[in-house]
Amino acid sequence: MSPISRGFHGRHRDPDVDPSRVPPGQYVTTDFPVLSAGPTPHTPLENWTFSIKQGGQTARSWTWQEIRDLPSQEVTADIHCVTKWSKLDTRWQAVSLDTLLAQVEREAQYVLAFSDGGYTTNLPLADVTGGRAWLAYGYDGAPLQPEHGGPARLLVPHLYFWKSAKWVRGLELLGHDEPGFWERYGYNNYGDPWREQRYAGD
Amino acid sequence: MAGTAVRGRLTWQVATVAAVRPETAAVRTIEFEIPGWAGHQAGQHVDIRLTADDGYVAERSYSIASAPGEPLQLTVERLENGEVSPYLTEELRPGDEIEIRGPIGRYFIWDGDDASTPLLLVAGGSGVVPFRSMLRHRARIGSNVPVRLLYSAKTLPDVIYRTELDMAGDGADVVYTLTRKQPPGWAGHSGRVDAALLTEVAWPADRQALAFVCGPTAFVEIVAGELVSLGYPPDRIKTERYGGVGAP
Amino acid sequence: MTDRHFGPDDLYGPDDSALDGNAIAGLLHEVFGTEMTTAQTTCAHCGNTALIAEAIAYVRAPGTVIRCRTCTSVLAVVVRKQEMNCVDLSGLTALNAG
Repeated sequence: MSPISRGFHGRHRDPDVDPSRVPPGQYVTTDFPVLSAGPTPHTPLENWTFSIKQGGQTARSWTWQEIRDLPSQEVTADIHCVTKWSKLDTRWQAVSLDTLLAQVEREAQYVLAFSDGGYTTNLPLADVTGGRAWLAYGYDGAPLQPEHGGPARLLVPHLYFWKSAKWVRGLELLGHDEPGFWERYGYNNYGDPWREQRYAGD
Repeated sequence: MAGTAVRGRLTWQVATVAAVRPETAAVRTIEFEIPGWAGHQAGQHVDIRLTADDGYVAERSYSIASAPGEPLQLTVERLENGEVSPYLTEELRPGDEIEIRGPIGRYFIWDGDDASTPLLLVAGGSGVVPFRSMLRHRARIGSNVPVRLLYSAKTLPDVIYRTELDMAGDGADVVYTLTRKQPPGWAGHSGRVDAALLTEVAWPADRQALAFVCGPTAFVEIVAGELVSLGYPPDRIKTERYGGVGAP
Repeated sequence: MTDRHFGPDDLYGPDDSALDGNAIAGLLHEVFGTEMTTAQTTCAHCGNTALIAEAIAYVRAPGTVIRCRTCTSVLAVVVRKQEMNCVDLSGLTALNAG
C-alpha cells in the first residue's frame, strides 16, 4: 500500500470542472503536456505536403499553401490523453478531413495516418469523417508549435489523443485495419476514452 | 558492499524526510531515512514515487547527492512548470513520506578504484549533483586521483554547493563558467562551455582521463562532441542527460 | 511514467525531451530483474552496438521508447499495462547483459 505524500496534488486540480466532461480515469490539467516517442521533425514548409494514398499510389496531394487556402474552422474540443490527462476547451485552427477526403474517390474502410519520423496510427474511415476529424495547424490562436505536432497534426478529439498524430503527412486508405505505432505496442486498436479503451483487450 | 545493491530485486521502499536544506533560491537538498537502505555508489540515482490522496501517481528520478556511506540525500531544482519539483522544494517537510527505489545505475558511477586515471567532470546546472557525490567519495576514501570539475551555471547565485566546491581540496580543481550574468569583478569564465574552454580546462587526451558529462540534453551533446574532437575516445566519455523544459 | 530530473532550461538552447538509458534504469531493472544500463544492444536496423545507457530514451509518452543513437530506429518499447510491463525488443538483434 503506497503511502500518500502529504500535500502532493500534481498539476491537475481543477475543482470547477463538470465531471460529465471527464472520461473515466482521467485528470484534468490546464497545462498542455508534451509527449513524444521520438525526435521532433522539422520539415521546411516548402517541402511539406499532405497526401492521401490508396492502393499504393498517391491519390491526391496538397502543398502547405494549398492546405492553407482551403476553408478552415475554429474547433474547440476537449482532448484526452491515454496517459490520463485531459484538457478541456482546447482551440484549434483546422481543415476538416471531410474537405480533404472529398477529393478522393475512395473504397476504403480504414485509414493509417503517417507522420514525419515514422509515427503511424490507425482509425476507421468512419471516425475521420462526418465532421469528427481535422488537419490542425493552429492552436490557441497561434501556429501549431513543433513540440505539439506543428506544422500540422491530426485532430480527432473523440478518441484518445495518440490517434491525433503529430507531424502528420498523410493518410493511407486501406481495406483492412493496420495497427499503427502504439497499437502494435499494446494500445487499443480503437481508443474510445468514454469506454476507457486504453490497452489491447480493453 | 554497495555492489550487491545492483543485483537482485529493486523494490519501492518508504522513505521519511529527515531534513531539508536550501542550497540556492530554487534548489534544495533533502535527506531521507530509509530503513534497510543498502548504500550506493557515487553517481547512482534513485527513482521516487509520489501518490496524491486521489490516487494520482507521479514518478521522477534524481541523482544521489551524498557520498557512499552518508545518509541518502537528493538535491532538487524547482522547475517553473514542474509538477513534482515545486512539491519537493517547497512543500515537503521532515516527517513526510515518499517512496524511493534504488540505488540505480551501473554506468554513470565512479568508485575511485583506479588511482591513476584523472577525472574530468563537466556539469550543466543541476547536472553537478552526481559529481558532488563523486567528490565527497573521493575525499572520504582519501583518493589522490586528479580531478577537474567544469561547472556551467547561469549566475553565481545559481551555483549549487558553492562553499563546499570552493573547498574541494587537494588535487581537485573546480572551474566555473557563468553563462547569463557575472558578478562585478568576476575573474572567472563567462559564456557557454565550448571548444575553447574545454581545450583550456579538460585534461589533454594523452592523460587518458575518464570524463563524465551531466546536465541538460543539449549541453551534454555539445560537450561530449567537443571532447571527442579533443581526442577523448567515446568510450572514455560517460554521459547522463537530464531533460530540458517543455516537459510537463 | 518516469522522468529524469530536469536541469535549467536555457543553458544551451531549445529543450529536448530525449534522455538516455540512465533515465530508464529503474524501469529496465524491473523488467529484466537486473541492472541493464551497461548491457550492450545491437540495432536491428543499422547494426550499431551501444550500451543501453547510451541509447536515446523517450520517457514522456504512452510508453517508454528506446532508440538507436546512430539511426534513431526504435530498439525497444516498454508499455506499462496495469502493473505489467509489456516489452517489445524487436528493434534489437542482440542484447547482452554482460
